[in-house]
Amino acid sequence: MDPILMLLDKNARMPVDEIAAAVGKTPAEVEETIAGYEKAGIIKGYKPIVDWERTGRPYVTAQIAVKIVLNGKMGFDDIANLLASFEEVETVTLTSGAYDISLTVSGKTFQEVAMFVASRLSPLEGVQSTSTSFQLKTYKERGILSEEEQDIREVRV
Amino acid sequence: MDYSRILSRTIQEVKPSGIRKFFDLAAEMENVISLGVGEPDFKTPWPVRRAGIRSLEEGRTWYTANAGLKELKIEISRYLKRRFELEYSPDDEMFVTVGGSEAIDMCIRTLVNPGDEVMVVQPSFVCYGPIAQMSQAKVVPIATKAENGFSLTAQELREAITPKSKLLILPFPSNPTGGVMTRAQLEEIAQVLRGTDIMVLSDEIYAELTYTGEPHVSLASLPGMWERTIVVNGFSKAYAMTGWRLGYACGPQPVISQMLKMHQFAIMCAPTVSQMAAVEAMRSCDGAIQEMRDEYNMRRRLMVDRLNKMGLTCFEPRGAFYVFPSIRITGMTSAEFCEALLHSKRVAVVPGDAFGACGEGHVRISYSYSMEHLTEALHRIEAFLKERGIHA
Repeated sequence: MDPILMLLDKNARMPVDEIAAAVGKTPAEVEETIAGYEKAGIIKGYKPIVDWERTGRPYVTAQIAVKIVLNGKMGFDDIANLLASFEEVETVTLTSGAYDISLTVSGKTFQEVAMFVASRLSPLEGVQSTSTSFQLKTYKERGILSEEEQDIREVRV
Repeated sequence: MDYSRILSRTIQEVKPSGIRKFFDLAAEMENVISLGVGEPDFKTPWPVRRAGIRSLEEGRTWYTANAGLKELKIEISRYLKRRFELEYSPDDEMFVTVGGSEAIDMCIRTLVNPGDEVMVVQPSFVCYGPIAQMSQAKVVPIATKAENGFSLTAQELREAITPKSKLLILPFPSNPTGGVMTRAQLEEIAQVLRGTDIMVLSDEIYAELTYTGEPHVSLASLPGMWERTIVVNGFSKAYAMTGWRLGYACGPQPVISQMLKMHQFAIMCAPTVSQMAAVEAMRSCDGAIQEMRDEYNMRRRLMVDRLNKMGLTCFEPRGAFYVFPSIRITGMTSAEFCEALLHSKRVAVVPGDAFGACGEGHVRISYSYSMEHLTEALHRIEAFLKERGIHA
């Protein structure tokens, strides 16, 4: 994998001149490469990883597994795209296993997410069943631990 | 009691490590950001830890054979062949030690008579001289130069050799400089050594950590060198296994058998759990080593680039995980620089003269830290230089 992507994946705010130094290229070359990734849709965007629990903002997230029955009119892609169009829905992925589509949905309260499932998701044509799991506590997200790991090496030399 | 009259004169004459003194000072201060450590920041790869746990679960908690688990020695033998074209029989040409450090100790004690000269290539890790001193040897430092990439030249070696020369300590890739020896450079050293009785302790603990695309070359793989070389290596640096304390020594049977005798009396055997884990390391961790090497390499490039831009001239280190910039531009000694940086910016680096007198004018900076940690430390060093009008 391109080391530029590896570095950005760890820290999307790493300055271009530091990336350039680390990979042995010029800042202009790095900028060009990143712009290329953005244009090609390989880099889709940059967002902070926010620990909402610590901000006090009312925020709940649920993982919802959805089982689909195809009725001939709509395929998986159509249903997935429809689900993606709901603003409560953060991620939509087609999955293998007992269910077909996995969603993450967020809202201010458990009630709000539950209402989404009951009134918007379940009645949809093609949705046979759903299984909702609310996230209670996040320990690690996108490779980043919620509790920062300390350097506990004892010998300093 | 007057212990100075009781304690061995030899041990009292051994000077304590210059690194330790400095870091005792740093340890007393708060919010110090250290660039001092000499061990990987990575955790031991999970399959290796798992193998250690399994060995405990199975109750494998007895001694192993003095020379180490046969299974492990076979893996080491295969590994050295695969990676460095080295041929050692697992039966009588190697044994497993408590870290590379024990192998160094046993090797020097086994070869050196009182009055023998031990040539130590410097700047280098701090242990060789004191151990040689314990054998009543005369330590002969060989100073390498930044303009030669801190490699040993044939000329420097020739000038150090006397009729009393017994052992050359060749520690490459180098802690603290990051210097390496290429095959061509080693061949020049081999030409000086051929036809002499000088033995070589080749400390290759950083062999897996080289960054120029050319793999590490062991002196022992050159014609006529196998019979005079003891190769010391281990698991600490390559596999991020420092705390497991596991290394090994390889060499001709007559030397290894005598080293093993000492090992048997002093140590018995290396820790069994560590040996079980190390078998797994050798079998399944080539990929993990590559990932760590790639990460170190990015940090290395970043450090060299930034330090050079700040005016701390830095030759490009090609191995290990240290940079060794010159701080002469500041007009300070290494010790003064380190103390001033520690007091004013709370950044701890190691004075170069801790690794031999020729390290004066340099400092050792370890990059075995996360990128965020390194960039924060670099910002502080930059501010330190700016405040002194050194860096624009």
